[in-house]
Amino acid sequence: MNMTVLDRAPAREQASHLGFIDCDVHPYVKGPDDFDPFLSKRWLEHKKSIGGRSRQGLAKTSMYPRMSPGAGMRMDSWPKSGGHPGSDLPLMQEQLLDLFDVAYGLLAPLVGGGPGERNVEFGAAMATAVNEWQLAHWCDPDPRLLGAVQVNIEHEAAAIAEIERRAGDRRFCQVNIPPRGLEPLGRLRYRKILAACAANGFPVSLHLGGTSGHASTGGGWPSFYHEEHPSYVQTMETLVTSLVCEGVFEALPGLKIVLVEGGFAWMPALCWRLDKHWKRLRAESPSLTKAPSEYVREHIWVTTQPIEEPERPLDMLSVLEWIGPERVMFSTDYPHWDQDDPRYAFKVALPDDWKRAIYRDNAKALYHLD
Amino acid sequence: MTRPPTGAPPLGAIDCDIHPAVPTTRALLPYFEPYWREHVLRRGLERENFEASAYPAAAPINGRPDWRLPSGPPGSTLPAMRSHVLDRWNPAFAICNVIHGAQVMHSEDLSLAFCRAINNWLAAEWLDRDPRLRASIVVPPHSADLAAEEIERMAPDRRFVQILMLAMTELPLGRRQTWPIYRAAEKHDLPVGIHAGSSFRHPPSAGGWGSLYLEDYVSYAQGFAAALTSLVSEGVFVKFPSLKVVLIESGVTWLPASLWRLDKTWRGVRAEVPWLEQVPTETVRNNVRLTLQPFDAPPDRAMLAKFMEQMGSDEMLLFSSDYPHWHYDGDEAIPPGLPADLVHKICVTNPLTTYKRLQETTP
Repeated sequence: MNMTVLDRAPAREQASHLGFIDCDVHPYVKGPDDFDPFLSKRWLEHKKSIGGRSRQGLAKTSMYPRMSPGAGMRMDSWPKSGGHPGSDLPLMQEQLLDLFDVAYGLLAPLVGGGPGERNVEFGAAMATAVNEWQLAHWCDPDPRLLGAVQVNIEHEAAAIAEIERRAGDRRFCQVNIPPRGLEPLGRLRYRKILAACAANGFPVSLHLGGTSGHASTGGGWPSFYHEEHPSYVQTMETLVTSLVCEGVFEALPGLKIVLVEGGFAWMPALCWRLDKHWKRLRAESPSLTKAPSEYVREHIWVTTQPIEEPERPLDMLSVLEWIGPERVMFSTDYPHWDQDDPRYAFKVALPDDWKRAIYRDNAKALYHLD
Repeated sequence: MTRPPTGAPPLGAIDCDIHPAVPTTRALLPYFEPYWREHVLRRGLERENFEASAYPAAAPINGRPDWRLPSGPPGSTLPAMRSHVLDRWNPAFAICNVIHGAQVMHSEDLSLAFCRAINNWLAAEWLDRDPRLRASIVVPPHSADLAAEEIERMAPDRRFVQILMLAMTELPLGRRQTWPIYRAAEKHDLPVGIHAGSSFRHPPSAGGWGSLYLEDYVSYAQGFAAALTSLVSEGVFVKFPSLKVVLIESGVTWLPASLWRLDKTWRGVRAEVPWLEQVPTETVRNNVRLTLQPFDAPPDRAMLAKFMEQMGSDEMLLFSSDYPHWHYDGDEAIPPGLPADLVHKICVTNPLTTYKRLQETTP
């Protein structure tokens, strides 16, 4: 766990890490009323009386309590001014954006509850409010920060309208959809939303976590955060399986998917397994014109944190080679407890061209950044 | 004896996963206890097909074309099994794992009644008729006490060498309600075999129900990863240190990356599971084994060699043909590219070490 980095000087000698693009930054609210200016009277009243309705037993916190205060925050990220880690732009600038001269920070707002809300009209209203809040509190004050369009995919019309409303606004760089939905994202019922993302040039980012109401694993609900944390990865794997096997990438050749915070060392073996079993069961999935692994290579990007740490550190190089270093993008996950420091995240020395690609160029190309 | 064909298991190999299939529910009737036989007949259950939806027999992957039968599900006759694998490769032993709806029923009592009938049927129709056959005890996985009772009943028959579970049931497999099964397993020196599949009490992942059997089949690996995480996290191997768990039909190449992640999580949050004093990878290497087929190998031999290094142990893989499932053609049950000494370990040494009961009768 990171205790403090405030007393560390920026590592000027390791210039390759500076000016990187951070593909996972978490902004938080200062207080529960932050979204209110962006809600209509009807939904503001609803928020104050009924509020969010999730698909779990606890109303205000996670079913799997984290290991540090603030639901798993870095201990030194609590603003002196008060408030929650990630809620104070000057501190975020000091600890992340300025410290490492970050070129762009891609916001992943895990706040507001819009995407997972059971009352989908309220969910859509909250998603829109969170989008406005990102612009007002983060993207406009610091143009290095780029927003992610929030939507509730159970409200198709509202989701598509929101995507179209944000299209062309360069302050948003992608659409954010929760990886744990009511149904796997490859299913036909979500196809129009994904089509709207592709048509409007938005990659779709899937940030791990959340709850759909389905058990975290196919075998039921685990007991510990020690299990819940790895189960997020299993969800990512079944999500990739769904998108590929359902033929989403045949239907939407322009669709680009970014898996955020799910790690990536699992991806080669998943591809081998997909290819093997597709050979036997391909008649069930006739829309696929090539091996599943080829769709993964063409359409899926991953971010680094929390990077797997192979027992033999050099194995990380094989993993990157097997996935293709052009598909991997650096992320810190500021201000979470397991945040990665760009100087120490990789336990092996990367070749310079891979480093440039992973820390900067891959994201620059994917999101068309300067 | 002539030399075995290329790709076939070496002589004396131990096949750790073959699937005899219950041909019809009617075939089990002689093996129920009287009350349950009458019960089944009065409800007309002998006319029903209790195929588990995790393994639809008609799906191409679940029956190799040349191993399909004129009638009945693949794997449902001993003469066919003999001609397809037993007499062809002449394994020293082959371990019968029955996948059947008995394992997924909601009624714990009916589930037990069917499991008992299947175990009796296995002993009489298979084990008594071919000395190479061994079997796993089928138990009601959702009912640990009844499962333990059935283990006690069957354990004296030394031809039963393992307890069979499904990877995905109601509760993650490490949960303490399940521990009576592990206690009985350790007492009788029976490994717990966890077979791919689900009773589908939950969708295959937190992302919900997919459309295709292909998705389900691929996702069995994630089910195993979760089951293993649960067994380790809950401290099953701390409480039952000599317990061996065999992941059957799990695929294998997902394991190293899954453990890298679990080890990292453990380093960060081990305060939540303070009974875990060693890194999960070490526990898994000591207590967990995996069967070979379906071998989800990387596309080239250099990568395969690297994967084997990442496993960090040559003791974990156990040979399986996975008869009659269709993962390879001809005699290619041993994937190409494995060095000969490793093949011998996988086929002979590792199974003998894992299934101690096999040592009692090694020819």
